[in-house]
Amino acid sequence: MSTETPAKEVPPAGPAGAAPRRPAPRRTWLVTVCAVVGAALVGAVLIAVGDARTRAAAGYFLSYPWDTFSNAWYAVRDAYVALLEGAVYSPDLSGKGALGPISETLVNATPLVLGGLAVALAFRVGLFNIGGQGQVVLGAVGAAWIGFAWDLPVGLHLLLALLGGLLGGVLWGGLIGWLKARTGAHEVITSIMLNYVALNLLNFLLSTRGFQRPPYGQAISEQVDAGARLPLLLGSPLRVHAGLLLALLAAVAVHWLFSRSRLGFRLRAVGANPEAARTAGMSVGRLQVVAMALSGGLAGLAGASQVLGVSGSVTGSVAGTIGFDAITVALLGRNNPYGVIGAGLLFGGLRAGGVQMQSTTGVPVDLVGVLQALIVLFIAAPALVRAVFRLRAGGGGVGTELAGGWSR
Amino acid sequence: MSAAEQRARPEAVVVHEVLEQPVGLRKRVVTGSLLVLTGAVTVLGWGLGSGRGDATFAFGGDTAVRVPDLTVPGTLTPVVLGALVVVLGLFQLVRGFRARRGPLLVGVAVAAFIVSFLCWAMSGGDAASIDVVRLLRQTLFLATPLILGALAGVLGERSGVVNVAIEGQLLTGAFTAALVGSLAGSLGAGVVGGVLSGALVGWLLAVFAIRYRVNQVILGVVLNAAALGFTGWAYKALMQSDTERFNAPGQLQAVPIPVLSEIPVLGPLLFEANVVVYVMYALIVALQVVLFRTRWGLRTRAVGEHPKAAATLGVPVLRIRYVNVVVAGGIAGLGGAFLSVGTIGPFTENMSAGKGFIALAAVIFGRWTPKGAVAASLLFGFFAALQTLVGVLPYGSAVPSSFLSALPYLATLFAVAGFVGRVRPPAASGEPYPA
Repeated sequence: MSTETPAKEVPPAGPAGAAPRRPAPRRTWLVTVCAVVGAALVGAVLIAVGDARTRAAAGYFLSYPWDTFSNAWYAVRDAYVALLEGAVYSPDLSGKGALGPISETLVNATPLVLGGLAVALAFRVGLFNIGGQGQVVLGAVGAAWIGFAWDLPVGLHLLLALLGGLLGGVLWGGLIGWLKARTGAHEVITSIMLNYVALNLLNFLLSTRGFQRPPYGQAISEQVDAGARLPLLLGSPLRVHAGLLLALLAAVAVHWLFSRSRLGFRLRAVGANPEAARTAGMSVGRLQVVAMALSGGLAGLAGASQVLGVSGSVTGSVAGTIGFDAITVALLGRNNPYGVIGAGLLFGGLRAGGVQMQSTTGVPVDLVGVLQALIVLFIAAPALVRAVFRLRAGGGGVGTELAGGWSR
Repeated sequence: MSAAEQRARPEAVVVHEVLEQPVGLRKRVVTGSLLVLTGAVTVLGWGLGSGRGDATFAFGGDTAVRVPDLTVPGTLTPVVLGALVVVLGLFQLVRGFRARRGPLLVGVAVAAFIVSFLCWAMSGGDAASIDVVRLLRQTLFLATPLILGALAGVLGERSGVVNVAIEGQLLTGAFTAALVGSLAGSLGAGVVGGVLSGALVGWLLAVFAIRYRVNQVILGVVLNAAALGFTGWAYKALMQSDTERFNAPGQLQAVPIPVLSEIPVLGPLLFEANVVVYVMYALIVALQVVLFRTRWGLRTRAVGEHPKAAATLGVPVLRIRYVNVVVAGGIAGLGGAFLSVGTIGPFTENMSAGKGFIALAAVIFGRWTPKGAVAASLLFGFFAALQTLVGVLPYGSAVPSSFLSALPYLATLFAVAGFVGRVRPPAASGEPYPA
């Protein structure tokens, strides 16, 4: 039996009270850049390992070691160049087509920004909205249903369809908040369960008349009326749509909410210290319901913008992995609305570039998922990044404002 | 006490009556009405709504002694069972059962409901039947990865580390088992590889949660994303380019246990499985014993409830957490190995398909005990098995399969919302130490 105290295993982090609560902006940037670079380095190793020629050269490594390195270098360079060309600019494209990569980046970034804002909003109130997936589904369903089942004038139809998406998300998110406030059920568990309930609901609807598209052979919804579609911003071949403006507007709104409004102040108070907020006379439960409803509404808008802006109809995979990617976006954006925009653009660019990378160099697009996860992992553990890149100590990692366990 | 002492105090009386917590009126009314409602639905929906056919429950399997088929009338059975539940509900409303009868009551109601539902589904045709042994075998088969994942979750959370990364551990285990199994040409090596890779993910979870103090739920989500991305990448970059070399492990064969597999019903159900399932049996028993009957288990639970108090008594909090989380990762990795080499053999993309999250639900539904987690996993597995089986019954297509597959999640929602009694997690679960 060991009698040692765990004191020597304690990590050398300063006490919470003494360390500065917010890391200095410059150092935050440095950690972010280092995290991206670190992830890219790990990604480079994966690309080299996955490259068949590099593996072949490694077979005779001892006779010609240089072959392995040069092949690996070419594979990594080609993949990352293709990634950049697919996300930003490609010299092969001219005229309007030159805007193609940027347009794809923005199309991918739009739902990520909206979803990221949803997660960030909940984070700021001390809640973890892992249920973005279900809220996106409900938003998509609400928007699509109003989009094809109702018959309305052009402008109004779009507005109501967006509202339908918003309401779908508000319902699904608010339910999570209500369950937490009323019964104390932890939001992480209820939202994971509601994700699956939403998915099954979607599958049910996609096999039901009135929602499914005739002749009822495929699991796809009816087509949304042209009058309810979000207009394209740059004309036909480029897919970037007005959902982007919606996302930017939402970011401004969230920023206003937290920095200027009374409701936002209360929400932040609940996030900072629920006990203190309760003592100050705020209704913590009600504010948690409001926060989850708002968060769900933003995620619902992400679903609506996918349906009304990109696909025009709902399929079983309408939500993709938006709900989970949104968590990484919120973490990278450090729960700041404008940070979320930046993070959404970065990950949207990675997604758009990843498709290009897969088609020209054959490196699977799944690599982007690894990069994304690694970036967030490094961001979430600043002590690790500082140790690797030998930076000076700063503040804590992201997510520190969250309650840790199930019990709270 | 010695015999002399006992003689000296003959008036000492030991009362063997256990004091029970009385059931509150509100809870009695709620559960009672729910029971009456369930019974009424059973009578009206499954009973009176049924067709004219009989329902046959078969007990298959290749045992020497066979259990005869059981054929019951399709209408009368649901009516009788539903009426029974209504009576139980009325009794609960009027007099009230004891608190500890609660789980039994719920069990009886659920069983009556399901049997009635099956009778109804079979009553639409002439000679429809369900092979109960096949249904239960399928249940165990589908529940095995859930059970292993849930055991991993229980072990981690009991020592105070929330494991949302079960999904990632299952996926990594499935991938590595297929890869190593193919490269080494040995299924045993594949299974060991799966276990080790799950433990590796567990170790990552432990390092980032304990040393770098990352929020554990966020960490789990990120590790899941990393596992999904990495296995998806490796599947496309390696396995698809050379399937023969990297993704053709073959599959574990069922090993019938000589005498036990001849027991009617139980034999084919429990003792004609592959080696992973047998290891799982051992793990279930071992974990239940270790957690509640050994010194290590006592310390684990202490660390999960109140790490500071445990540390004051000299328990090495962080070491206990590290070991438990890594071992738990290995257990989940075994579940992953079952998914690939234990069932179909090769790995496919996103093979775990959310099973890790269901396992997490089973942990909570089972109230953080191995026994409970196993029961919850079996329940979830049963619903999944039912879904595949009911579709072919005469009335089966009238029930949307999405409804059946949403049931486990709805049940968990009800459970955590406190409708089926309070669930209380280990107090320090998710909290970094030192705080």
